[in-house]
Amino acid sequence: MKRLVVVGNGMAGMACVEQILKYAPRFDITVFGDETHVNYNRVLLSSVLAGEKTADDIVINPLEWYQKHGIHLRAGVRIVDVDSGAQTVTGDDGSVTAYDVLLLATGSSAWFPRIEGLDKDGVFAFRTLDDTRELMRRAGPQTKAIVIGGGLLGLEAARGLQVQGCQVTVVHLMPTLMERQLDPDGGAYLLGKMEDLGIKVLLGRTTTAVLGNGHVEGVALSDDTCLEADLVVVAAGIRPNVDLACKAGLHVNRGIVVNDHMETSLPDVYAVGECIEHRGVCYGLVAPLFEQGKVLAATITGNKGPAYMGTVQAAKLKIMGVDVFSAGDWSEQNAEPVRYEDRALGVYKKLTIRDGRLAGVILVGDTTDSHRYMEWLRTSADLSDQRRQLLFPPPAADAGLDAAEMADSATVCGCVGVTKGAIIQAIHDRGVNTLSQLKECTRASTGCGSCTGMCQDLLRAVAPEFEEEARKVICGCLPFAEDRLRDILRSQRLKSVYDVLEIYGNGQGCEVCKPALSYMLDMLWCGDHDEDRSARFINDRVHANIQKDGTFSVIPRIRGGVTSAAELRKIADVADKYQVPMVKITGSQRIDLLGVKKEDLPKIWADLDMPSGQAYTKGVRMVKTCIGTDFCRFGTQDSTSAGVELERRFEQLFTPHKVKMAAVGCPRNCAEATVKDIGLVGQEGGWQVVVGGAAGKSVRKADLLTTVETTEEALQAAELFFQYYRENANYLERTYDFVERTGIEKVRKDTVYAPEPVRQGLRDRFARSKARSVDAWLEGRQPRTASQFVPIQALQKVLA
Amino acid sequence: MNQRQWVRVTPCESIPLREGRAVTLGGRQIAIFNLGDRFLATDNQCPHRGGPLCDGIVAGDSVVCPLHAWKVRLDTGAVERPAAPDTCVATYATRIDDGILLLALPNRKSPITNHK
Repeated sequence: MKRLVVVGNGMAGMACVEQILKYAPRFDITVFGDETHVNYNRVLLSSVLAGEKTADDIVINPLEWYQKHGIHLRAGVRIVDVDSGAQTVTGDDGSVTAYDVLLLATGSSAWFPRIEGLDKDGVFAFRTLDDTRELMRRAGPQTKAIVIGGGLLGLEAARGLQVQGCQVTVVHLMPTLMERQLDPDGGAYLLGKMEDLGIKVLLGRTTTAVLGNGHVEGVALSDDTCLEADLVVVAAGIRPNVDLACKAGLHVNRGIVVNDHMETSLPDVYAVGECIEHRGVCYGLVAPLFEQGKVLAATITGNKGPAYMGTVQAAKLKIMGVDVFSAGDWSEQNAEPVRYEDRALGVYKKLTIRDGRLAGVILVGDTTDSHRYMEWLRTSADLSDQRRQLLFPPPAADAGLDAAEMADSATVCGCVGVTKGAIIQAIHDRGVNTLSQLKECTRASTGCGSCTGMCQDLLRAVAPEFEEEARKVICGCLPFAEDRLRDILRSQRLKSVYDVLEIYGNGQGCEVCKPALSYMLDMLWCGDHDEDRSARFINDRVHANIQKDGTFSVIPRIRGGVTSAAELRKIADVADKYQVPMVKITGSQRIDLLGVKKEDLPKIWADLDMPSGQAYTKGVRMVKTCIGTDFCRFGTQDSTSAGVELERRFEQLFTPHKVKMAAVGCPRNCAEATVKDIGLVGQEGGWQVVVGGAAGKSVRKADLLTTVETTEEALQAAELFFQYYRENANYLERTYDFVERTGIEKVRKDTVYAPEPVRQGLRDRFARSKARSVDAWLEGRQPRTASQFVPIQALQKVLA
Repeated sequence: MNQRQWVRVTPCESIPLREGRAVTLGGRQIAIFNLGDRFLATDNQCPHRGGPLCDGIVAGDSVVCPLHAWKVRLDTGAVERPAAPDTCVATYATRIDDGILLLALPNRKSPITNHK
């Protein structure tokens, strides 16, 4: 068997090896990589830095893959010399390895400009997982970061650092951001968006020196100013790694020169990826690497035939909420520009047409049509009969039209390199029917996600049982499904409703999304967020339930439905004093004072001197109880104490929708625990904990979560389910819908049967939320605003 | 002949951003909303069942009544949702003088003018 040595364990090299493996086994493969990691998706490092993905999420080929294919992986060994005569490579560990065929996939390195001080501690490139980890370690709210370079990588690095809490300034030499992909107008739109995000951008300036005593303390700029800095990221461009190729005696320009079959100037030596130069072009984006790999695989396995013709380069900025796409040649020399601008929406689109065909495209703020334009570029489509519809393509009468027109070889997912053919194969051969299955099977759509629409179109057109997964979107103000929105809020560290609306929504919000966002932020940050009362329903502004005539209902907390003569006397006195129109006993085993005026609320609360029963909000309501072993002939457990304790532990917390609970001392179930969101049902020897029941608008019998022996265990099981519900249900989804949708088996798997770290996580977040929770009625003593309860008194009286 | 009078109501800060507050003037209950770049004022009663508009949630230039979610335009007084073309609330002009919010009230016995 011939020995193939691959120098470089990156995306291009391994994608090529994957292709090589498709041919009959001919090689004994050894891979050397100077990073100690398995092959990972370098393109997604930006997502890792921005907290959207973890390092595990971006692994492409895990160790098992190397083992399965008999590939010897020598990770952490850098090849330092090549002897093309003797056909050996020498590693920095002293090892010498012989080859029959050599594949150089040495990639590129960050280019460091000639600036004093780049050797100080605190200066980083942004190329590797190790770079990313170190940046994340050092990033924080007190950290000032300077990013040198306002291209794709620099801007993504800047956003990632900012999400980690840093104050970030981008210093860019040219007057336009991303000037290699955008014209000045497009660049101006992008600048606006970056500044909206809170990232400072200095254009037309360079860094002349990095200052500091051994570690970064500041930078000096070409306009003679200095900026304070703790961290400097150099994203000023990349250079192909060609040292090894030079040592081997290969023809090298900027990159290793290869022909259309990916052959170098020496026989038996090949090159692929960012280290090569093909027809004068060095590539710094990912899609070309996959195409090169396929051609190289054919050539290297003796099946020389397919030729690589170069790739139309398309660039996509991977910052959530900032859509930028650029492809082809968008300069207006010898081409007709077609433009669309909407300043208010931050949208800029430009196409350049030459000889009736698309030459280039820039999209800022709306990249939904990028696939269409890529197809036109790839195929040099004649656009003469579509001239009027270039920027506003008519909706396809047949939804599968776009997908049907694509060639099987066309790349659908650029981040991961998945072709239409591969997707169709997954659908036919592996029975893929949904987007989730497609993602798992082919990894398509797991990168930047911009191909999701196209993937769904293909599924819809080809999969026999395609089910569009219903994703619940809150409203038109925010175009995200709720679970994705939770991910965004968490990873982007957003803590204020209006920040979210500003950056990801329409800037305004409505009566649907504002309370939903308020809840999500409270839940995600365990109470540590910037609450804005204007984004909440009136009940949560004045902590009482608004009635049909604008008066309010007041329900104090009576835990477990257990009160006392003294308490009843107090309530009665208050009802008299404020001439409360109606005093009613509620279905929740407590007492309601109805018809209270808003301005009397603080006074009533003070006179009652009881905590709020939270009967007016999407939160924990109450725990009903039956007598249990205290008095009942049939009681097997002390349900009143258990219920009181349950209410005490859960009260004051907010939830996706109201949570009503009960604890009963025996299966006679006198407090109806089996139709509650959470129920504790006592039995001989222990408790059943049941969840997802209801007896209101809907009637549903609760499912059994678990059976335990002690009351404490029951309370803890309830706590796990409760926090799980808070974190995974959609806003306004009762537990009966949530448990029905999720399935009780999965609920158990994720809560009471989950591994200890998962359970501990739920407990921790519950505890943190609980620690920050407050009795809302205490606000009566110190209203948020003077006019929170009391109407405004006009300065000037007017006679009626 | 002046059909209306400017009345000094309250310091601007007494109305929190993106919230509404009610004030009684000359027998009318008026809701005043702080939209950041301007203040808008309407009758406080929702044309549906009289709900307190000042307690609603602001959505753009409209407010959503807390009782049954009718959506009312604060600048024109028109009902945006549900479609109710013949229903509206009265609106009142506002202005700020040295940090004090003023409302323009029709004089006594003058008809209410709707600023459409």
